[in-house]
Amino acid sequence: MDVISSVVCPVCGCCCDDLEVLVDNNRIVDVRNACALGAAKFLNYSGHRNTKPLIRKNGNLVEASLEEAIERSAEILAKSSYPLLYGWSSTSCEAIRVGLELAEEVGGVIDNTSTICHGPSIIAIQEVGLPACTLGQIRHRADLIVYWGSNPWSAHPRHIERYTALAEGRFQKAIWKRYLSRLVFESAIKRRYRVASLVFKGGSISPPAAEAFSQLLPPSGERKLVVVDVQRTRTADLADLFVRVEPGGDYDVLQALRALIRDEELDVDEVAGVPIETLEELADLMVNARFGMLFFGLGLTMSVGRSRNVEAAIKLTRDLNRYTKFLIMPMRGHFNVTGADTVFTWQTGYPYAVDFSHGYPRYNPGETSAIDVLTKDDVDAALVVASDPASNFPRKCVENLVKKPLVVIDSHMSATALVADVVIPSAFVGIEAEGTTYRMDHVPLPLKKIVEPPEGCLPDEEILRMMLERVRDIKGRESS
Amino acid sequence: MEFTLITGRTINQGRGKEHGKFSEEYLANVAICEMNPEDMRRLNIGDGTNIRVTTEVGSVIVKARKSRRIKTPGVIFMPYGPWANVVLKPESEGTGMPLLKGLKANVEPTEDEVSNLKDLLIEAYGRSKMMKSEG
Repeated sequence: MDVISSVVCPVCGCCCDDLEVLVDNNRIVDVRNACALGAAKFLNYSGHRNTKPLIRKNGNLVEASLEEAIERSAEILAKSSYPLLYGWSSTSCEAIRVGLELAEEVGGVIDNTSTICHGPSIIAIQEVGLPACTLGQIRHRADLIVYWGSNPWSAHPRHIERYTALAEGRFQKAIWKRYLSRLVFESAIKRRYRVASLVFKGGSISPPAAEAFSQLLPPSGERKLVVVDVQRTRTADLADLFVRVEPGGDYDVLQALRALIRDEELDVDEVAGVPIETLEELADLMVNARFGMLFFGLGLTMSVGRSRNVEAAIKLTRDLNRYTKFLIMPMRGHFNVTGADTVFTWQTGYPYAVDFSHGYPRYNPGETSAIDVLTKDDVDAALVVASDPASNFPRKCVENLVKKPLVVIDSHMSATALVADVVIPSAFVGIEAEGTTYRMDHVPLPLKKIVEPPEGCLPDEEILRMMLERVRDIKGRESS
Repeated sequence: MEFTLITGRTINQGRGKEHGKFSEEYLANVAICEMNPEDMRRLNIGDGTNIRVTTEVGSVIVKARKSRRIKTPGVIFMPYGPWANVVLKPESEGTGMPLLKGLKANVEPTEDEVSNLKDLLIEAYGRSKMMKSEG
């Protein structure tokens, strides 16, 4: 049995690079150091895949040769006048580069999953900038960590342990001892309340809410964790201070904090469900931090206000830099969504939603973004690479996507593959194929090839290159 | 009663996805709607009851799950995935991003069954090519 070490995890934007994968006879038997998501991927990736190219004939998906599938895909793309090329965040930067060439060749619109994730954050960053750093800086130096509209416990399970509150940094210690003593204290109090309620009032005394305990803040200088969210997530259980905001109220709370930081008085008792005293406490924590860090998630980008919420968060960070060092970073979802934005930007000048129909790259989210071109039923064909829009796009978009010729390159059978006209199986990047990925803090990392892919499953990059060549042949034949 | 529908990731949705979108694990963890216990009592909904979530776009049947984490009455939570997306609006108001958190929804208990992913796709998008795709 071989142990392959320093494997980069191809699941979320944390791109943990300390995984150890145990391989026996070209089969993954175990994985160490991975979170629940990483382990689920490494141990189950081969269970639900399709290894044969499929083409729809008379309504049915039937097996075909790779050449046949590439030829049919190239025909669909070459003949369409405005195809959508979507996905890209779960493949390598090398494959994305070829995808951009293909988009330019066919004059289509190319978009990555940022569009339905941190697209509004990118719009905000283009408006006001982004004071950021690498995750290593945060691990060693940040003494105040704020997760706003983000639940890393569920979406980035090792983020807290590797980079923030539970990480043992050079200048800042992990908070796990404090967290454990709080848990013990909390359960002791709850036990007393239970006994008291049985003895005195027949069960009518209820123990204090969990929030009551997290308001006991640690002494200054020690690392603190603050969570702002609409519900008490499991990440919030870890927090020293949890602030519950009413759904859709993030913009108000962010602007109220900006006012408080400027020493302005607010003539209200609460803002979006948050008592003004709690906001003052949070503002004090932020101003008195030596190195503060704000991580924000889709709670800001997907709710009312979208890019304006993120803009307010970045402006709050900018204001805080008058008093102390404060930085901000989006919690990116897919392992290479940051890479997709980066490759898009270095190739076209724009990070997502790039339209090549005029012969040059054009960018206008709201018009050239995947959701909008599908809602308006503008596209006449689609290529989906390593993504599943049939599961993840709103109903109207999927209805219009399904109507048109659809090519899917994916390593497993997804809902989108099920409704496609051509399905080309590919090797899993980071397991069966190597490549480059970008961590959420823009650090590029190498993805390893751990096992051989099933026969006939090529890496996305090779499939796309073959498709591009065939498209060029067809276009060349037509023009001559 | 009108609710505010929030969608988001959960760790079990993430794990279920890696077991395959057509797996039992994915169905059990994604075709659900988490609710505040008070709201459930008011609507006579038990943990695991089938409920119909209806928005201005359409409706979908999922299983109700009691959640003590949703403290605010009137808020419901569905994990990202095909079931939630059947009832979400595509309008992006010029940002490219649909409103995936904060849409208004109604909830009622139902006798109807929760559809698996394949049936859901057929019901929602009803394309002949989808129905024949098993071959």
